[in-house]
Parts: sequence; structure tokens; C-alpha cells
Amino acid sequence: MTSKRKELQKLVEKLSKKKDIHFNRQQIEKLIYKFSDLHGGRTLMDKNHVARMERGMFRDILYNYFSMTDDVLLDRVFRAFDKDSDNYINVEEWINGMSVFLRGLKEERIKFCFCAYDLNGDGYISREEMFQLLKTSLSRTSTDEDQDESIKELVEITLKKMDDDHDGRVSFEDYKKGIEEDPLMMEFLGPCLPERKRCDFFLEEIEQLGKY
Amino acid sequence: MGQAFTRAAQWTSAKDGTGGKLEFTKINEELLNCIVQFIDGYSSKFSSESKLVFKKPLKWQSSLTPNQFSAAGCSERGDDLVSDEMADKENPLFSLMKINASSYQCCVMSLEWAEKVSQSAGDRKLHEVRACLEANRDPGANILGDRFATVEGEDNSIYRFTEEITKEIEQLSKQSSEGEGNEDRTAEIEEKKAILKLKLQLSKLDQDLMNTSISLISKEVRLNPSTVDGEVKNLRELSGPSEESCVLKSIGFYGPVFVFENGCRAPAHRQLHGDIAYVEVQPFDTGVLYIMANTSGYYTFKGPDGLGEMQYEREGEPCRDLVLLLKQKSPKFAEMIDNQDFSLKVREENEKLSDHRHEDTMDNDEQVTQRTDIQRRKKEMEEQDKEKQTKQKTQRKKRLEPSLKWKALGMEEYKVDERQGDSNRRLKKKKTTPRMKSKTPIDAEDSFSESSTESEEEEEAVERRSETNADLPSEYWQIQKLVKYLKGGNQTATIIALCAMRDFNLAQETCQLAIRDVGGLEVLINLLDTEDIKCKIGSLKILKEISRNTQIRRAIADLGGLQTMVKILRDPDKDLKCLAAETIANVAKFRRARRTVRQHGGIKKLVGLLDCVLLTSQMTPEIEKDIEVARCGALALWSCSKSKKNKEAMRKAGAIPLLAKLLKSVHEDMLIPVVGTLQECASEPSYRLAIRTEGMIEDLVKNIKSQTDELQMHCASAVFKCAEEKETRDLVRQYGGLDPLVSLLQKTENKELLAAATGAIWKCAISPENVQRFQELKAIEMLVSLLNDQPEEVLVNVVGALGELAKDPPNRLAIRKSGGIPPLVNLLTGTNQALLVNVTKAVGQCAEEQDNMGIIEKLDGVRLLWSLLKNQNTEVQASAAWAICPCIEKAKDAGEMVRSFVGGLELIVSLLKSHDKEVLASVCAAIANIAKDEENLAVITDHGVVPMLAKLTNTTDDKLRRTLAEAIARCCNWGNNRTAFGREKAVGPLVKYLKSQDENVHRSTARALFQLSKNPENCITMHEAGVVQPLMAMVGSSDEDLQESAAGCISNIRRLALANEKARYS
Repeated sequence: MTSKRKELQKLVEKLSKKKDIHFNRQQIEKLIYKFSDLHGGRTLMDKNHVARMERGMFRDILYNYFSMTDDVLLDRVFRAFDKDSDNYINVEEWINGMSVFLRGLKEERIKFCFCAYDLNGDGYISREEMFQLLKTSLSRTSTDEDQDESIKELVEITLKKMDDDHDGRVSFEDYKKGIEEDPLMMEFLGPCLPERKRCDFFLEEIEQLGKY
Repeated sequence: MGQAFTRAAQWTSAKDGTGGKLEFTKINEELLNCIVQFIDGYSSKFSSESKLVFKKPLKWQSSLTPNQFSAAGCSERGDDLVSDEMADKENPLFSLMKINASSYQCCVMSLEWAEKVSQSAGDRKLHEVRACLEANRDPGANILGDRFATVEGEDNSIYRFTEEITKEIEQLSKQSSEGEGNEDRTAEIEEKKAILKLKLQLSKLDQDLMNTSISLISKEVRLNPSTVDGEVKNLRELSGPSEESCVLKSIGFYGPVFVFENGCRAPAHRQLHGDIAYVEVQPFDTGVLYIMANTSGYYTFKGPDGLGEMQYEREGEPCRDLVLLLKQKSPKFAEMIDNQDFSLKVREENEKLSDHRHEDTMDNDEQVTQRTDIQRRKKEMEEQDKEKQTKQKTQRKKRLEPSLKWKALGMEEYKVDERQGDSNRRLKKKKTTPRMKSKTPIDAEDSFSESSTESEEEEEAVERRSETNADLPSEYWQIQKLVKYLKGGNQTATIIALCAMRDFNLAQETCQLAIRDVGGLEVLINLLDTEDIKCKIGSLKILKEISRNTQIRRAIADLGGLQTMVKILRDPDKDLKCLAAETIANVAKFRRARRTVRQHGGIKKLVGLLDCVLLTSQMTPEIEKDIEVARCGALALWSCSKSKKNKEAMRKAGAIPLLAKLLKSVHEDMLIPVVGTLQECASEPSYRLAIRTEGMIEDLVKNIKSQTDELQMHCASAVFKCAEEKETRDLVRQYGGLDPLVSLLQKTENKELLAAATGAIWKCAISPENVQRFQELKAIEMLVSLLNDQPEEVLVNVVGALGELAKDPPNRLAIRKSGGIPPLVNLLTGTNQALLVNVTKAVGQCAEEQDNMGIIEKLDGVRLLWSLLKNQNTEVQASAAWAICPCIEKAKDAGEMVRSFVGGLELIVSLLKSHDKEVLASVCAAIANIAKDEENLAVITDHGVVPMLAKLTNTTDDKLRRTLAEAIARCCNWGNNRTAFGREKAVGPLVKYLKSQDENVHRSTARALFQLSKNPENCITMHEAGVVQPLMAMVGSSDEDLQESAAGCISNIRRLALANEKARYS
């Protein structure tokens, strides 16, 4: 137990020194506590006995705390957290991800969102990817064909707005420029960042952890 | 006379080639008489029309001979008689040509000559008219040309012709305004007008003819089978064998029982002659009568001869009804029917016919058919009636339906239309709704009633919408698509659509209206009610832009957008607050919106936005945001502060200290809305006081020195309004505000700024200390230079300022030297009343200077002032009268000058009837000056000035008392005016004036009393009113003038008393 505690202390030390983490030590500790507590005290371990979080659990968090419901986007946010793409989120990924997710600077958030939208990770958001992400965005059209048509049109409208260099796809630069023009376009393919008040709420709850 | 002749007049069928002849019937005779009346005396009533030359002559074979012709202006040529006046080169206006030995052909080319012909014809007038009309079937066409020929159906020629004339007049006026006068054209138009007039008269005649003939025709009897059946049946019921109780032995139809489908019983070949049925009547006293029922009435006829053959020859005149005929034929019948009141009964029976029918037990075949026949007809009639009624009802309904809007569009017009023809109505209707072209009529009406409660601005909205509908721009469809995504998409799609929508040029009206027209506004406003901040922001960003359009503003208010936005003002998100406030600032540009904001607690919330930490040394992004919020709040309040109640609400919400704090800001973005709000509110005294006491004047003065015109303008405007109060004026000077104000006079290109600056100078110049400073700054010269070609808003203030400045004598000189007097006098001819008030004041001030007066007199300024006494605005009247006073005082030969104004003295005396105190006071002052000249005093005495002044003496207004007493004092110097004042009971009230607090009133009253006391009667009245004591006190006054008059008055009273005593004791 003591070694584990020491390890934890070390980790906290290490993370709190990182500049791109927008949490203080205590918050990091609490977040780690939350991380380990998620599975009801029974932390999931990989073969190296490192604690990790599986997809379903992460989605539950997003759902419960941040009211995010879109399946596709939940997965995409998971992907954005899961830097090493091993389908699990480890402690470091958790803290890094949460730092951006809750307190990210504009630049970081842009990167985060772009990463989430870039389904195949090729650095561009293509028409197809947009189509995938916008597929569920319209509700009221009658037939599937109409629906597809409408969504295609919506994709074109989006592309017209975001594709600055007119190459038929949205590069990271295009995306950045688009946001500069219109900050509302940050989450243009669906919400993948929490609302401000939900962040505050989550952080508040984290603060309460372990006090009992 | 076309229609009457083709329809009403009875023509014989055209047997010979020349066309029909007029039958010798009563109707035709009446018609001809009407026409003769029309022609006789026509030229004396309408001389120009009567000289109008016909397009084609009226020619007919006349029975007149040249020697019968009595009119002058003719000469004989052989056998012919020809008028001296010619229609054109060949044709005379009138000629009487010999055709053969006995007859002449008459040829007339004007109504004047037609009249002469008619006069010469004497008792053969009718004959001549008849001949004329037979030869010329459509005289109207001959007279006015073929375009006015009588046609069947609608006749639009008059309307077309009217339009033509008006068009030509318009063209002509256009041409003449361009400088090429065209006399030929004018003459042509004049002629056309005459033609139109004549045509209208002819139409009137035509109508009169129709009316006469109709009334004649209606007198003629037209029988029909059912009436015949009815009458016969009624009489049959009264017939019987008993001679005592019955009117006839028997009555019945004669001949075959067969009834034709049309109800006639007469055989077919007789129906051609109009016969309906034949009745066999057996009265008690005579033999059998055979009566023929013809469409033209009842006749008796021979009836069947011995062989049973009918002899159809009619006997005697037709009769309107059967009873009448029988009365003539059978005395017994007449007696019975009169005695027993049967005739009444018959009538009653007739009315009860339908009721009786059911109980009727007769089973006579004839009766049955007859009954069913009548029943059927009745039913039909009823049905028709019903139909008509319902139709009328629906029509009436339709009439009533169009809402109030119709009123605005001119119900008046509509009424006129109804009187005129149908065609005309259609024409006018088109005219009133040309802008609805692109819509169906129903749509047009709908949009009318929709907007019926709105003001003019909305009307504009309707107009423009139809215009945009005409050709839809491509943006329209693109925006429609985006709105579809807004409606049907989730949050992501909505945001994309919102952002894409902002890529359109939202400042462009087509886009703004497109958003509204495709239902986008509703969606945008609904989005404000959602939870999603991003959607709200996106929506507000669009609303903020498009609400610059007045129609969109109204639409937003109508859709309840303001309420939601007011709610958003409480949102913690600052961006959202800013946007909502900015949008409110745009929408609240009209009254209803401002009221809505107030009623939903918006003012309080907006004032809350103003509360921010200002002037902190370090600016964090957070604080910057707060300042931005405050700025937006101020913007919204600026818009809202145009309503009086909102100003009050703002004050109650504590806006003033917050605005004072924001006024310390250095950012012009912030200052402009803040100062804008302040100057808007400064119309309220409470704000003016607060602005001074909160120390805002200093900041306002500071900002007058800013570099931005708009800010300067608002500051100057605020000073303008606040400087009504003396303390404020002093503060402006103390903070050095006068210098920048004067320097603003150089910005001549910005009229709004100039108006505000000159206004501020005007009000500041009320304080003499400020006048001093303005003098040093050479403000007068600059103001005088602004007297030429500036808009009225500027002129009012410039002249107001000059008027104030001219109260200081050296400035009067400065005005003259800088050439200010001629433009000022020139402005006296204007119409703007605010300007006139100021100009008269300024001219009055200038006139105090002898040299200035010379110029004013030379420019005829006094006459102009005098004529302003006729202005309907009492303020103008009063200030003109005040200005006249110094003019009379300083003019060289004032008496002569005043006399030279024709009716001037009468005018000014008549103003004593005014109800305005200021006018009365000023006019009294002027009269006091006028009365210095004895001759003029005599004139105004004649105009009854004494009783009028006396009537005013009961006033309690000190200003009026002063000038009134002065006027009375001066007016005493003529004739027996002193006695007259006494008689009119002016003395008693004057004594009361001595109790006034005003020293000036005392002085003039004492003077008046002194004058009046020269009459013993007045002395007694004064003494009784207790004049001595106050006068005694006034003898001790430091004012020598007052001393003298008071003492003089007392001495007069005393002398009277002494004389009295002397008389008594000696």
C-alpha cells in the first residue's frame, strides 16, 4: 500500500509540474482518486497492474456529468482522450484529457475538437467524415433519401463556411481560421466539450471527494 | 340625349329610307318640350359653351323661311340666309338654304344659333326640334364628335376624355415649368374643357329626359294574366243572385277554358295583339258586358255576335282596373261597391288571397289551375326575394368586412364611387391599390386587416413586401434553406445554419426581409428560449444585425422577442447580455417596443448592466467584458430613454449616479451612448437638476472638446437642454465650456452638431456673464455669418442666441457692424413659428439701438413685424408685439410710419380680444407706445380701445397690469377718454393694482391714476376705493417718477375736495 501511495505521490508530482495541466496538486489528486474510484473501488488493471478505464465507463461519466448523449461523439471524445489508442484510458491520459476538457485554453480545445472530428486521424475532416458526424443532426424529414440529401446539403454549407483553401476538406488550419471568424464554429460537428456550468459542477463534486 | 332617344322616345318603324319619325305621343311631346327648355336661354347661362362650334352641323329640313328669322347677325344671300359669324373658312355658324320652292334646309353649328333658331320659330319650336331630331338621330355625336356617340352598354368616353384633359394639363404645366409657354395648347385644353362641360350637360339632359319618360311610362297600365285572374276571381266572390248583397249577377271568363302556359286565355292569334283574356260580365242593371283584358288595360268590346264569332273591336278608352271600368258601365255596380265598401273588401281580399286559398273549397278546375298558378308564382317570387336578400346580406357583409384600414384608404372615395357608375368604381379601385399588383385581391385585403391597428410605418412594410415578392433574389431561397435547418436540425445543425446565415449581408434589406418572410424570425426568437447558450448567441447575433430594419423591429416586438431578451439580461453569460442589450437598443426605437421593455422590467435590468467597476488601473479581460456589458446597457437605455415614462423608470432604478460614473470613462464608444442617454433625459427637470448636482457638467464640457463629432453633438445638446437653469450656465462657464462651444461654430458642414452647439450658446447667453465671454470670443460675428443658408433647426438657435446676446447694448452694435440686421429682417418672412418667435425677439432687441432702427425701417421690418400680428400662433403674436414697442420708440417719425400701415391700428386693437395673457400684455405695451402720437391715439380711440382696455382691468397678472396701466395712462390724453374710462369702470380695479408687489406695476398705475384723476368723477371713485393711503406711501418712494405721479394724483383729489368745500360754504 505504501509503495502504491508513493507511486501516486510521484505521479501527482510529475503531472503538477507539467505546464499544460491546468489543475493544482490537490485537484490532480482528487481526479486520480475519482479515476480509481470509478469502478466502485475495484480498479481495472492492465497486465502491468496499471489502472485504466474502459470505454463504457468513460461514456458513463460523459453522460452522467456532462449530459453528452451522442453515441458517435462520445466515442470520438474517448478517442481524443485515448492518446495511445489502446482503447483504454490510463491515469495520465485521464488527467491530460480532463485538463483540456474542463479547463483547456482555446488552442488546446481547438486541437481537442479537431482530433475528435477527424475520424480516421489523417489530419483532415473530409466530406464523408462530416456526413458521418452530421448524420443524426436532422430530425424532421420524411424519407431516408430526403434525409441523406438534406444532410449532404448541410455538409456543403458547412464546407463552404469552413474550407478556407477550397480543397474539398477541412484541414486543421481551415478549422482554426473558421473559428477565428466565428467562435461558435468550434464545435461545428457536434458538441464534444462540456458546458461551463457542468464543468464547474463536476469540479465542485471532485473537491468534495474523500472528505468523508 | 342619346340614350333617351334610342330607348324612351317612340319611333315609327323606319319605312322610308330616311329613318323613323317620332310618333306623336305624349311621351315624345314631353321629351321635345324638355329639349326646348334646355335650349332656350342656354347661352345666357353658359356663354362659352354655347359658342362651342359643333363637330358636324345639325341639318334638317326647316319650315322656317328667311323672313321669319328675326335674329341679328345674319345677312341674306339670294334666297338664303347666312350668319355673319363663321365656324371656319367655308361654313357659317348658321345657314338657311333654299332647297325647293317651299322648304329650306337649316344648318346650325353652335348652341347659340340653335337657340336663336328656336326663338325665331316661335310657336313652331316643337316642330323644328322634332324635324331636327328626326334628321339627326344622335345630336350628341354631331355636337361633340363621334367619340361621344351614343353606344349600347358602358360608356366610358367621359372618363377617357377627363383623363385626357388632365394628362394634357399636366403635360402643359410641365412644359410651362420648363419655360416653354405654349399658348396654343392652353387654348386647346380650354376648348376641351368646354366640350367636357357641354357633354356633362347633355348627359344631364339625357338623364332628365329618361326620368320624364320613365315617369310617364310608369303611368301606363301594363296588365298581366295573374292580375286579371285575381280581379276576376275577387269579383266573382262578390257576385251572386241577390241584388241587395251582391255587386254583379255573374262574372266569368268567356271562351274556351284552356289556359296557355303564359297564363293567357285569349286565343294565340289575339295574344299577338296583347289580349290576355275575355270576361263576360252580367251586371244587375245593364245587359251582358264583354270586356277584353289587354296588356294595355281593360276595354269593353262587342263580344260574340249572333253566330258566336268574336268581334274584337275595342270600344272606348282603356281602364286601369276592372272595377273602374265596371263602375263606368254599370251605375248599380258603382253604387253597390261604394255603399257596401266592397272596394275596400276587394282590396283586403286581394291581400288575403294567399291565406284564403287553403280553406277554399271550390273545386272548379279553373280555380285550381289559377290557384296553383298563383301559388307557384308566389313561391317563385318568395324564393327570388330570399335569394336577393341573402345576396344583399352577403354583399353588405362584404362591405362591412374590410377593417378600419379602409377608412384610412378613403372611405370618402368609396362613397363617391357608389354614386357614380360601375365602371368608374372599378377604375378608382384600381387606383387605390396599385401597389398590391403582385397579390391576389384577397391577399391584399388580408394584409390590410392584419395591419389595421398599426401606424404608418407598417403600411410601408406591406408595400415593400409586395415589392420584394415580385422578384425573389437568390438569397431568399438560400436563406429559406437555412431556416429549414434551423427548424428541423439539432443543436449542431442549428449552429451551422446560424453561422452560415451570418455570412449573408444582413445589412441588406432583401436578406432581412427574406429571413422574416420565410418564418426565420419566429425560429430565431424561439431559440432564445432554449437552454443552449451557443444557439442563443448565434440567434442574437443575427437579430442584432437585422433589427436595424424598422419592419423587422416591429416583427420582433410582435413575436414577443423583447420579453425573452429582457429575460436574457439576467443571464450570467456576459456575451449573451451584451448581445441582448444591443438588440434591445435596436428594437426599442419605436414607442410600443419601449413600453414593452419597461413593462417587463427591462429598464431596471438594463440599469443594472451599467453597474461596473470603471477606471481600474489594470484591465483584466473580465473587467473589459463588464465595461462592454455596461456600454451595451447604455446603448439600450439610450433607445429606451426616448419615452417619458422610461426616463422616470430609469431615474427610479438609479440610473443617474451610474451614468455619472460612466461619464468619467475615456472611451468614446462608452461616452456616446451615455451622453446620448443623458441629453435625451435632460428634457426632464429632475434629470437637469441631477446632472448639475452629480457634477456631470464638468464631464460634459470636457467631452465637448473631444474629437468625435457625434460625441460633441450629444454633449452640446445636453448642455443646450440643461442650460435652462442659471446654475448650470454658470458651471458651463466655470469649466470653460463656452470656448469650445464657440469653436464648434466652425463645423458648418455638420448641421446636427451646429444645431446643438448654437442651441447651447443660445441658452448659455441668457446669463450676462456668459455674454461677456461670448463677446470676447467674437461669437456674434460667427453667429451672424450663420444666418445665411442654414437649415431651420440651426437658424432657430442662431437667432435665439443673437436675441439673447443683443440684450447687451454693445452687442447690438456688433450685430449691425457684422451685417446681421438685413438677414434677421429677412427671416421675418419665414413660416417656422419657433424661428419667428426668436427672430421677432432678436429684431426687437436690435431695434433698441437708434442706428439699427434706421436699417430696420429702411428694410420695412416694422411692417413685417406688424403683419406677424396676424400669425395664428399666440407666441409669435406676443413676441411680434413686444418687438414693435422699441421700433415705435426709436423710429424717427413713428406716428407717420404706424399710420402708413393700412388697417394696422385696427388689427392691433382687435388683438385686445385675445385670450392669451402674454399677447395682451405685449399688445398693451405696443398700444402705450402708439398712443404717444395724438393722431394715432384718435384712431385707436375710434376703434374702441377704451372699453377694451377697461374690460381687461380685472386681471391679476402683474405683467399685464403694468402694460395695461401704462396704456390707460397714455390713452387718457384724448378727448373724453378719461371720462370714458370712468364710465367703463376701469378706475376701481386700477386702484387695487397699488397692492401689487411689483414696483413696476405701481409706477405705471400711479401714472394712470394721475391721468384719470383729472376727471372729478374718477377722483370720487378713486377716493371711495381707498386710493389715498397707498398713494401717500408711494409719495415717499425713492422712485421719482412714482413720487411725482402719486403726488399729482393726490393733489387732484385734494383740489376737488377743496373746490367742493368752497362750493358748499360759499
